[in-house]
Amino acid sequence: MKKSVFLGALTIAGLAAGAAAAGTLDDVKARGTLNCGVTTGLTGFAVPDANGVWGGFDVGVCRAVAAAVLGDPMAVEFVTTTGQTRFTALASGEIDLLARNTTWTFSRDVDLKFEFVGVNYYDGQGFMVPRDLGVSSAKDLDGATVCIQTGTTTELNLADYFRSNNISYEPVPIETNAEAQQQYLAGACDVYTTDASGLAATRATFEAPGDHVLLPEIVSKEPLGPLVRHGDNEWADVARWTLNALITAEELGVTSANIAELSAGTNNPEINRLLGTEGELGAMLGLDADWAMKAIMAGGNYGELFEKNIGENTPIGLARGLNAMWTEGGLIYSPPFR
Amino acid sequence: MTMLDDPRMSTPNVAPKKGFKLSQLIYDTRYRSITIQVIAMILVVLGLYWLVNNTIQNLSALGKDFDFGFLSQPAGYDINQRLVEYTSQSTHGRAAFVGILNTMLVAFLGCVLATFLGVIAGVLRLSKNWIVSRLMAVYVEGFRNVPLLLWIIAIFALMTESMPQPREFKVGGDASMMLADSVAVTNRGVYVPGIVFENGFLASPVMNWVILGVILIVSLFVIRIVRRRADVVQESTGVRPTTWYQQLALLIVPVGVVMFLMGAQLQYPYIKGFNFTDGIHLRNSLIALWLALSLYTGAFIAEIVRAGILAISKGQSEAAFALGLRPNRTMNLVILPQAMRVIIPPLISQYLNLTKNSSLAIAVGYMDVRSTLGGITINQTGRELEGMLLMAAFYLALSLAISGVMNIYNNRTQLQER
Repeated sequence: MKKSVFLGALTIAGLAAGAAAAGTLDDVKARGTLNCGVTTGLTGFAVPDANGVWGGFDVGVCRAVAAAVLGDPMAVEFVTTTGQTRFTALASGEIDLLARNTTWTFSRDVDLKFEFVGVNYYDGQGFMVPRDLGVSSAKDLDGATVCIQTGTTTELNLADYFRSNNISYEPVPIETNAEAQQQYLAGACDVYTTDASGLAATRATFEAPGDHVLLPEIVSKEPLGPLVRHGDNEWADVARWTLNALITAEELGVTSANIAELSAGTNNPEINRLLGTEGELGAMLGLDADWAMKAIMAGGNYGELFEKNIGENTPIGLARGLNAMWTEGGLIYSPPFR
Repeated sequence: MTMLDDPRMSTPNVAPKKGFKLSQLIYDTRYRSITIQVIAMILVVLGLYWLVNNTIQNLSALGKDFDFGFLSQPAGYDINQRLVEYTSQSTHGRAAFVGILNTMLVAFLGCVLATFLGVIAGVLRLSKNWIVSRLMAVYVEGFRNVPLLLWIIAIFALMTESMPQPREFKVGGDASMMLADSVAVTNRGVYVPGIVFENGFLASPVMNWVILGVILIVSLFVIRIVRRRADVVQESTGVRPTTWYQQLALLIVPVGVVMFLMGAQLQYPYIKGFNFTDGIHLRNSLIALWLALSLYTGAFIAEIVRAGILAISKGQSEAAFALGLRPNRTMNLVILPQAMRVIIPPLISQYLNLTKNSSLAIAVGYMDVRSTLGGITINQTGRELEGMLLMAAFYLALSLAISGVMNIYNNRTQLQER
């Protein structure tokens, strides 16, 4: 807690010692690193490589924000969080940004006092079963044992889905994806359910991915996105517009390959505004003029991040689907940079 | 001014009538202790004030209030092991209650098994048989010196990884049930036969068990009266009447008759679909937590028992031997009753440890109060402070209750001063 509050309470006991916390943006700049909450390890989304360097789709958001604010995509302190610890970590200020496949829901936004800054993956809850179980629909799962990560929206969706279909199940609560994987492969549960992207990512790490099938039912909407604490609008703006910068970059064809060339100035004013060669957008956020350029250079634009980490050419092999650009029939859309 | 008025001339054993000086608060031994206590008190109050103020400040900074209303909201999640009726539409308060019962179940089972293991290991560790005493030493040192969490996870992993899946029990599978097809050991837990009541007195099966429990307690009470009467006869005539068949009948007949009237039947588990149905499902999480807690705490209890026995002077057992008592009667009638006085106070704290350690349930997904109220509920509602306070209050109440009951027992076993 704040030391100033302690001293204030001692000296002017009885008076409200209102030591207003400094903005997160200033804290991050002063600290020189961004504390970013990620999963304990989900291939493609957030996982450390052999050298202990974190990489992945969610990690890409953390690095982009760090690059935008601090100019260095590597200036990120990754804090691993489970489904249960993530919100406390964010609310208590242990982390500045949570990028952990977290579903944007009403109660999290309003009641838990968080601010979702956008959606970086439109997902839905699915089910994975071993192929030799011979199950072809989630409706056939009456009486099955289901591995489920506790403290997630999927836990609630699962209860709703089975209840509304009037079938029973036995939940096996687990903490992390790795634990779920071990339980599922040992056959301690018949089914593993989580976001479909997470299932695909988990299956990709199996020795024999072909022995497991994803059932056709997608039982919920799971818009996953990064979030920050409620009430610090400046910081929320930084995170929101960094994500939007990545999306806009894909829309405008700005990639990590051509960004150096484009940043010399183009005749497209929106690219110029995005890359800071025109207008004052960076200063309005309290950042350098080339903040978006640094964010895009950190790991590429939205499409590049997607393809590199979870796209069709990776073992996870997710199609863009809903996560294609709005111009290509998807839902990924950024408000204009103006 | 006369000489008599001069204070220096007054007799030395009359205290000088001086005004109270502030420095006396520190240098005068009569006031110093009060001064120190007042300062300590002020510091404690300021500390508490800071804590509360800090909490209020930070809650308001986060825009949160302090409200227990969430307990009456629907929980929305399912719990696998429930001793009372619960669905995902029940309230968070109900979920907390289910968790509390699960905590109490594993704590009770753990305390019973830990005491059993501890007493046996403690006595055997003093055995003159070299192998037996060494084996017990290995058990005690092995379990006492490895973190409990590792044992919980190790037993859980052993059960999960090495036991057959339920579907291997199907026709043509590799696994088969044990004990005349009544028990199935699977990687999801152990399925044992359960007792169901065809026409119970009450609709809820739990209440029928409560009825049986009450009858059993009454039976035990009557058995005690029978024993007391036998003691009286023995003291007046020197001959103890044979009462074991009366005691046995009192124990079995009333419960048996009521169970017959309620149509009690053994229900065997059988495989159906994905899992076994019917019977009682002892989940891996419960078994791992129960065994690990018992083995771990049992090792500590063994040392307490050993210390208690060693505290009894050798003369006691020599006197017993001189009277012709055999070794195991010496242990049961002479040594252990005296050793209990030494054993019980540290035993209480081991029971408290076991109860509180049961919150490690989270490691294997056992749905105790830490997992329901302190885990999922807090996470879904964002009421960390309220949930943690409730949990602390529950563990405090449970611990105080255990230590209260054990203290009553302790007072009864203490040496009566005559």
